[in-house]
Amino acid sequence: MAVPKMLGLETEYGIVHRGASEPNPISASSLLINAYLIAHGHAPEPGRAAVGWDFTDETPGNDARGGAPAGSLAPEIETHLVNAVLTNGARYYVDHAHPELSTPECADARSVVVYDRAAELIAARSMEAARMLLPPGEEIVVYKNNSDGKGNSYGCHENYLVSRAVPFSRIVTHATAHFVTRQIFCGAGKMGSETSGMRLDEAGYQISQRADFIEEEVGLETTLKRPIVNTRDEPHADAAKYRRLHVIVGDANMSQVATFLKVGTTALVMALTEDDAMPREFRFAAPVAALRQVSRDLQLRQPLELADGTTITALGVQWELLAAARTYVEQRGADAAGGEVAHQVLARWEDVLGGLERGPAGLAGQIDWVAKLRLLEGFRDRHSLDFQDVRLRALDIQYHDLRPDRSLAARAGLETLVDEAAAVRAMTEPPPDTRAYFRGRCLQKFAAEVVAANWDSIVFDVGEGSLRRVSMTEPARGTVAHVGDMFDECGSAMELLRRLGSAGA
Amino acid sequence: MAEREQIRKPAPSPREQSVEESPPASERGSDIKAQLDDLLDEIDEVLETNAEDFVKSYIQKGGE
Repeated sequence: MAVPKMLGLETEYGIVHRGASEPNPISASSLLINAYLIAHGHAPEPGRAAVGWDFTDETPGNDARGGAPAGSLAPEIETHLVNAVLTNGARYYVDHAHPELSTPECADARSVVVYDRAAELIAARSMEAARMLLPPGEEIVVYKNNSDGKGNSYGCHENYLVSRAVPFSRIVTHATAHFVTRQIFCGAGKMGSETSGMRLDEAGYQISQRADFIEEEVGLETTLKRPIVNTRDEPHADAAKYRRLHVIVGDANMSQVATFLKVGTTALVMALTEDDAMPREFRFAAPVAALRQVSRDLQLRQPLELADGTTITALGVQWELLAAARTYVEQRGADAAGGEVAHQVLARWEDVLGGLERGPAGLAGQIDWVAKLRLLEGFRDRHSLDFQDVRLRALDIQYHDLRPDRSLAARAGLETLVDEAAAVRAMTEPPPDTRAYFRGRCLQKFAAEVVAANWDSIVFDVGEGSLRRVSMTEPARGTVAHVGDMFDECGSAMELLRRLGSAGA
Repeated sequence: MAEREQIRKPAPSPREQSVEESPPASERGSDIKAQLDDLLDEIDEVLETNAEDFVKSYIQKGGE
């Protein structure tokens, strides 16, 4: 049986410290995040440690983040790695040499769009707050893309809760079919090529930011030899019941429609996979080559070779996945894939595939790679540029600039799916319908007693000598329906813990 | 109640009607072009002034 999909995004942002004589991306990322925490009330009172990340439950071999939870957050330039939990249930931290924000767990694709937009707003506020701390002439700028155009990539990872009962090989088969082909609507677009052995200027424009960096079909790696399907097995939940499919192949999207479809269609594909409801398998003769071929086929017409000798286009695969998902939802309902929102995903999926069929140019208001291509071509024509002109590369990067006064994506006329006021609320309020609600309310109400938190537990110090850990291994529990009243009624963390203990939660 | 409201509702004025009708294709085309022109004006204003330096200095460490 398919389990209700808990969803989330982890986005690593590109970062530039302008005006600095010796820019260091790690200290710039720390400064950026600390500036936000201080300016927006997440920083503790003097002398107290901030609510840090609890690494106890992380699988060490699989966690390359390193570093201890943050110490105090003094308003000065910090170089140690920040790792904070926000009151909306998100995690905001320095990963390698990038600021990274993981959304709280969300129950459907629309909620993911709300929290992804909230993350963009948090990044924008962080840049403003950092500007106040920096000397005149310096600025930290954040970009929501996945490549620097010089062979370095950073990820936007997706997470989907799936049943432990489903054989992993089945996940690999159907996830590969979807990941190779879904880029036609969720690719963020990129100038040039970064495939080793290929000159940077060899490919003019491609659909995906990430395709050049994907080298394997299946694997554990995320930083080299990146696979189409990542095997990291760290469910952050009851491991006997759940897996977390950790997806590293995708692009970060500026378009809300693209984020909605990326997450919503993948949740559906996973539900069908769990219930073994796929009418057929698409096994590519060479999946990695197919992924790159799709990324370079702007007309969406090229046949992809399957292992059985037949061929199909990326659009052909997507039409069949859509038809299978429709049948599945008609027969079994949409409970496992986001309920009512899954119906909206199906409708939009069909609209967008129809639009791509008629010609991608018609989707410039919905799909990132098409929106960006329209800007590039318009700019090139206006200034009579060669397609290799450096100004087009600048335009490509600046499409992803998260400063409202500089972002080109914000000017491209992209359709929005969520109310901006809802996204502003989501900067501080957790989603009501997942365990992130419990985490967020604890941080809002009892931050002074919370020592550390992570995805599936919270550690309290209520002054009884020993620390108390509350475990949250069931991602669908701890919602407003379960514990909303309890939070409203409890005046102290001690009381909350007592009631949780007696409720057996 | 709903019926009475419906009766009272005035017929749309010719101007409203013409707004609802979709313009001929050539007009739509020039609309889209005007929108793109406005957008390109804006890009000319906000695009990094020294594109060469900007692109050259946009270097990231690999992540994940």
